[in-house]
Amino acid sequence: MAEATFLEANEMVLNMGPQHPSTHGVLRVILKLDGEKVLGTECVIGYLHRGVEKIAENRTYVQFAPYVDRMDYVAAVSNALGYCHAVETMAGIEIPERAQVVRVILAELNRIASHLLWLGTHALDIGAMTPVFYCFREREEVLKIFEKYCGARLTTHAFRIGGLQYETYDGFEKDCLAFCDWFLPKVDEYEELLTTNRIWVSRTKGIGILDADECKEYGVTGPVLRAAGVEWDLRRAQPYSGYENYEFDIPTCENGDTYDRYLVRLAEMRQSARIIRQGVEKLAPGPIKGKVSKVFKPAVGEAYASIEAPKGELGYYVVSDGSVQPYRVRVRPPSFVNLQALDRMCRGCLVADVVAIIGTIDIVLGEVDR
Amino acid sequence: MADENKPGGEGAPPGGDSATPAAGTPSEASSSKPSEESGAKPAGTPAEAGGSKPPDKPAAEARSGASTSAEKPAEKPPPKPPPKKKAPAVMEVSPWGEPLVDALKERFGEQVKEFSSYRGQNFLVAELAAVIPIIEYLKLEQDFDYLVDVTAVDYPKRERRFEVIWILYSHAQNERVRIKADVADGESPSTATTVHITADWLEREVFDMFGIEFEGHPNMKRILLPDEWQGHPLRKEYSIIQQDQDWVRENLRIESAQ
Repeated sequence: MAEATFLEANEMVLNMGPQHPSTHGVLRVILKLDGEKVLGTECVIGYLHRGVEKIAENRTYVQFAPYVDRMDYVAAVSNALGYCHAVETMAGIEIPERAQVVRVILAELNRIASHLLWLGTHALDIGAMTPVFYCFREREEVLKIFEKYCGARLTTHAFRIGGLQYETYDGFEKDCLAFCDWFLPKVDEYEELLTTNRIWVSRTKGIGILDADECKEYGVTGPVLRAAGVEWDLRRAQPYSGYENYEFDIPTCENGDTYDRYLVRLAEMRQSARIIRQGVEKLAPGPIKGKVSKVFKPAVGEAYASIEAPKGELGYYVVSDGSVQPYRVRVRPPSFVNLQALDRMCRGCLVADVVAIIGTIDIVLGEVDR
Repeated sequence: MADENKPGGEGAPPGGDSATPAAGTPSEASSSKPSEESGAKPAGTPAEAGGSKPPDKPAAEARSGASTSAEKPAEKPPPKPPPKKKAPAVMEVSPWGEPLVDALKERFGEQVKEFSSYRGQNFLVAELAAVIPIIEYLKLEQDFDYLVDVTAVDYPKRERRFEVIWILYSHAQNERVRIKADVADGESPSTATTVHITADWLEREVFDMFGIEFEGHPNMKRILLPDEWQGHPLRKEYSIIQQDQDWVRENLRIESAQ
């Protein structure tokens, strides 16, 4: 009788994306399901592939710089910082103090902007409508500072190899400090909205767990790694751009679930504001660009340099053959590597949790696909 | 714009290197194109690889000349040998001496050919067969528990044209090591997925972009490009202009203005 009255539990394959709004772009996830339960996933990526690494080989070092902004377009300043840092490391260029401080300030502002975009959309995915409006309101102020500084809001091309192109505008320091003062209470507002919200907690606690060993196994970096209890931040571990002169904490959590990653990112925004304040204090008059010849032709060599981007370790491996064009530029994108752990995080959870987990990794498809 | 000239004259400077040699004569250009496409497939046989080699040599030479003399010359006669500016430059490395080097020397002996350091970044050049044992040894006994990246660089002039690079990091020692090994066209390095799961997608990307197949990889297929894509874009002979022209011709049925 049993065969006749009960349906067998059949496995089902469901395509999520590439047009699904919660995939933050054009990610396609093939889900293998048993009812609502996820048995396995496969990511199909590459919809935004533009061949950035090939483009680099056909441009000069200087010409390629704006292209890197188009990878992680919500954190363009970090991309530019990573690229400039790698080329400068390879060529052995000294960066003036003032340029380094401005770089740090802008990179931290960008980290706040990136985390705000993440928080807004992540909360929206899970069903909390309100935070996205607040987050975009605050992010707007960051973008205004960028616009005043270099004329662009998103793909800023703020840095040049050797330092900066532009001197800061009048009132830059004041704007940054005013932003920090205004912004910190807003983080408390987000916390009021979400941290103890019962729906938020039950949607995120214990979801998408990735412990410290698994993180290392998968090469996962950034807030995801720190939420698993590993106190590892490249700004501290291998300082660049003068980060060793700043005081800041590396927020960590224990459980490595979606909720902890949320807490870590909120804490990081507060730390970024702290760094910006110190940066403004350090800002002393001086040159903004190191000695770089007009025709930039580094010696034959190679270097791998990485920075702590909002999403994790962003590395550039640059090879020079002594000409004006890079022989090879390899981008090690944090989103691409972190996304690989999606399968491990999703197994055993429900379909609705997949949305939360994609959000919590904080991927930008422009960077995944390059 | 006659299509005969396109693979060479027009396409050469922005496309970098690939099309330059083929432009010697139109017949050469047309004959080299199909072989390039078929040869770039994963199953490229040594014969095909050998066939595509000779054009590469002038290509790489022309590259340095073209890029230094002018920014983007609209027309450049390819047969003219480019002026050689200097003796072939090499990377000025300094030796890398540390306890880790001694341990590796003792363990792997001749299989590691070079321990060097450039700009304070340490790397070692190993024989291909020794790479995975080295990575495993570094992970298990030296705490290099994080595989940062796997990538490759194409040097068409070399006998074994690819250089595959593994970057490792140790959380405990806060140290990075780069492992390099030469790989010939058609040769298959062993997969690192048995040691670090991260290598899965990274190796697939190397395969996608260079056509290097990793032996023992659980899912060796393209990752960023569509499965039916022809060629491997980060090989030096792969011309972006040619790609554009072919696409426009096939899909729009007109001649590309590039």
